[in-house]
Amino acid sequence: MSLSKYDRPKTVSKASKNPKDKRVRAKLKRLDDSYKNAVKEAQNTEILLQESAGLMETETEMEKTFKVTQKDIKDSVDESMNRKAIDLKLTEYGPYVFDYSRNGRSLLLGGRKGHVASMDWQYGKLHCELHLNETVNAVKHLHNDQFFAVAQKKYTFIYDKLGTELHRLKQHIEVKHLEFLPYHYLLATAGNTGFLKYQDVSTGVLISELRTKMGPTISMKQNPWNAVVHLGHSNGQVSLWSPTMSKPLVKILNSRGSVKSIAIDRTGNYMACTSTDRTLKVWDIRMFKELNYRSLPTPGLSCDISDTNLLSVSFGPHINIYKDIFTNDHKDVKLYMHHLNAGSKVEMNKFIPFEDILSFGHENGVKNIIVPGSGEANFDSLEINPFESAKQRQESEVRTLVNKLKPDMITLDPNVIGTIDKRANTTRLTAKDLAELTNKQREVGANDVKMDILPKVKGKNSSLRRHLRKKSKNVIDERKMRVESNLKREKELRAKIHAKKNGTFKDEENDLLNPALSRFG
Amino acid sequence: MKIKTISRSSDTYIAERNTDESRISRNLNPALHPFERAREYQKALTATKMERMFAQPFVGQLGDGHRDAIYSIARNFDSLNKVASGSGDGVIKYWNLKSRKELVTFKAHYGRVSGLIVTPNGRLLSCGHDKTIKMWSVNDEDFKQQAKKLKQYDDNEDEESDFDDDESSDEEEEAGNELENGFMNENEINSSNGLIKTYLGEHSFESIDHHFNKDLFVTGGAQIELWDSNRSKPISNLTWGADNITTVRFNNVETSILASAGSDNTVILYDIRTNSPTQKIVNTLRTNAICFNPMSAYNFVCASEDSNVYGYDMRNMKRSTNVYKDHISAVLDVDFAPTGKELVTGSYDKTIRIFNVNEGHSREVYHTKRMQQVYCTKYSLDSKFIYSGSDDCNIRIWRAVAWERTNVKSTRERNKLEYDAKLKEKFKFMPEIRRISRHRHVPIGIKKDSEKRQIQTQSIKRRENNERLHSKKGSKPFKSEREKHIVANTYK
Repeated sequence: MSLSKYDRPKTVSKASKNPKDKRVRAKLKRLDDSYKNAVKEAQNTEILLQESAGLMETETEMEKTFKVTQKDIKDSVDESMNRKAIDLKLTEYGPYVFDYSRNGRSLLLGGRKGHVASMDWQYGKLHCELHLNETVNAVKHLHNDQFFAVAQKKYTFIYDKLGTELHRLKQHIEVKHLEFLPYHYLLATAGNTGFLKYQDVSTGVLISELRTKMGPTISMKQNPWNAVVHLGHSNGQVSLWSPTMSKPLVKILNSRGSVKSIAIDRTGNYMACTSTDRTLKVWDIRMFKELNYRSLPTPGLSCDISDTNLLSVSFGPHINIYKDIFTNDHKDVKLYMHHLNAGSKVEMNKFIPFEDILSFGHENGVKNIIVPGSGEANFDSLEINPFESAKQRQESEVRTLVNKLKPDMITLDPNVIGTIDKRANTTRLTAKDLAELTNKQREVGANDVKMDILPKVKGKNSSLRRHLRKKSKNVIDERKMRVESNLKREKELRAKIHAKKNGTFKDEENDLLNPALSRFG
Repeated sequence: MKIKTISRSSDTYIAERNTDESRISRNLNPALHPFERAREYQKALTATKMERMFAQPFVGQLGDGHRDAIYSIARNFDSLNKVASGSGDGVIKYWNLKSRKELVTFKAHYGRVSGLIVTPNGRLLSCGHDKTIKMWSVNDEDFKQQAKKLKQYDDNEDEESDFDDDESSDEEEEAGNELENGFMNENEINSSNGLIKTYLGEHSFESIDHHFNKDLFVTGGAQIELWDSNRSKPISNLTWGADNITTVRFNNVETSILASAGSDNTVILYDIRTNSPTQKIVNTLRTNAICFNPMSAYNFVCASEDSNVYGYDMRNMKRSTNVYKDHISAVLDVDFAPTGKELVTGSYDKTIRIFNVNEGHSREVYHTKRMQQVYCTKYSLDSKFIYSGSDDCNIRIWRAVAWERTNVKSTRERNKLEYDAKLKEKFKFMPEIRRISRHRHVPIGIKKDSEKRQIQTQSIKRRENNERLHSKKGSKPFKSEREKHIVANTYK
């Protein structure tokens, strides 16, 4: 059977597919058939899709797609598309960071020097404009365009669409990066403090504070497939976090320099990282294997992966867009497009959802460039609808709130829920087996207790040692002798434990004099 | 160079007018729908919670009518909204369930009405401990006219009765008068006016049931007798064994089969084609009620005094097909849903339980503060409601599925309910969902008792097991729960 994109990963093992019981077998077969049917019917709905994706193809050998300039593209696409390629010149408060709402309709700008603006960028309608007189580090839309969060100099604030300050999140201090997990309604923040904090924006509860212990967080991105947050650190590591675990789920050593930016594709299969050691690395985050590697002329400041798996990376005033980079064949990587934003360093770049446009913020504003074939052409209006009415927005808000996922459902495999925990041997063993097993364990445990040597082994600065240190060396009194003998005993015991760990422990012939008598020996 | 970009026209997606539906476009690509399983689980959880929130099983009661415990409820197979009820003081009533009003009331018997049935031609047959069986007309059209006449011509009451009440005796008239004076108001119709026939028996009757389509009925008492409704004497006597018969029940599919339960702990099957009993089982305790599965003719269930309900296949009665446990006191009545998939039981422990035919424990328990011992339970003919008659003189109407509503639903609502049902089915084994969907509040007495029972059964099981382990191999064979209660099985 060919694997289509509608196929789900199998959760049933082969062995359990052919159970002995006739009824169970029939039921499983029925389930399997209905699943196959569903996949087939989902495939058949493809002919109903309205829109076709964009593309840019060469017609002769000599033509190269990366030589095509924005002017060429603008000449060959229609007027409505040209209008979307906006160029906002904002010279005073840059450099700019920005964020698009989930449906790509609302643009939120944040100038480093305190300029925040929210607008419908397609109609050029400004919702609000704020001058905060304070550094703005990051901006983020929440679940829709009605609310947004701004990471300012010290605190993080939440504003509504009209710019009214709603909340000051005083627990989120010196935040540099914001992420919003839409299905869990969690706002994740990270920054100079080295803490990763999750705040539930529907209830206002701080879900968890995780200490990364890796210094200031340099970069941050959520995996849209499983809501795991990836943090990039100055030691070149990328750590993966879930709010219920105090330690990272995974740590990846990405590069020698600090990880400047992270991008993850929508199916959660691939991750791209840029680093100060001028590398661009592509990872398969199912296997945690490096797939591909590019070195850039200068360190890449930001990168993003589009819905159609184009990878954009910005370094200095340049933006490179790669196609087919998610393979482990280095020759296969094609530079798809290149753009030079002359005279102004690119701060961040991002593909606009459901559009063939890459947006980037630079020192003097925000600019859109057309990248044919970068957007998902067919949206699902029941999921994210770029054309939603106010009514639809309200309804979907209620629906998503009702079906809000719990923070402890964030795992590396998002489909783990509802499956059998194969580690739980109690589900597989019969009562008899279980009793046997526990008995055995009890026996082993009892032996362990007998074998365990538990000396009061103290560290380097134990009180005994301190006493010895402080005492003048040449005076021998009763206390000093006692301390020395105790220390000696501890040392022996420690050696014994060490030997046991190494497996070189030999049970010496028992001392005939037991400890009570040994002092006379 | 070929260059093309996505070009969506907003006109296709945005409704022109406020009243228009805006276009819904779907893309089933899983990449666009992250957290598929987790969201489904969450939806299933929400649906389960909603289910419990909407669970309001009690619909209404027919409270003002009877003055004594209700011992029998009979359905009219031709009409969805009419039931008859008989109570301990000998009164039978015929109800319109839509208006929850009684249509007719008869003072039928001295002592309790032990059996009541609606015949296929829409009449009532009642039997009692006063050794009589009575047939009543319940055609309410007739009665309305009669009511008017009664009011107008109070003097010549005898003339307007156009039923042939040939057997009407002085006693009945007396009873009627008593009823009239006692608790009938003007609008209600009384007593002996609906009486068509009286059959006089030789012993008091315990139970009655009518043949599905022929003019035959069967009565149980000291004897089990088959009657033709056009004759005044029983046409045959099917008695096998000596003791009293407490329950008789016709099979409505294989219509010539009938079953009876007696106070000698027997369940006997009869065939009226050969005019004889066919087989008998003896149980450890008495059977209170029998009901045949309306969809599969050979299956039937017996409500037992030992608080269990036993399912049988009449082709092999050496063991029961299923044991329905959960009641903590004698089960007094059992009835199959017309779909044959569920059964409802009423018990002496003051609860009603609904069982899935294939499962051993109840999926639902109904109780109220005021409901006393439940003597009879019946499914409505659309299997959406349950009627129960109890010791507190009340007939109660319950939903068969506590959270379901019978109103007309829009397509969207229906789709949502179907989708939720599927999700609940898919995730029903998840611990949280299972806990919520199974949780029922029950009175403290029942909770304590069932816990105690569980401990008792476990200890018995343990003891038996220990005995088996420490006695000679094979001397104490294991006996399954399904055959434990069967003492003997004989054929005739």
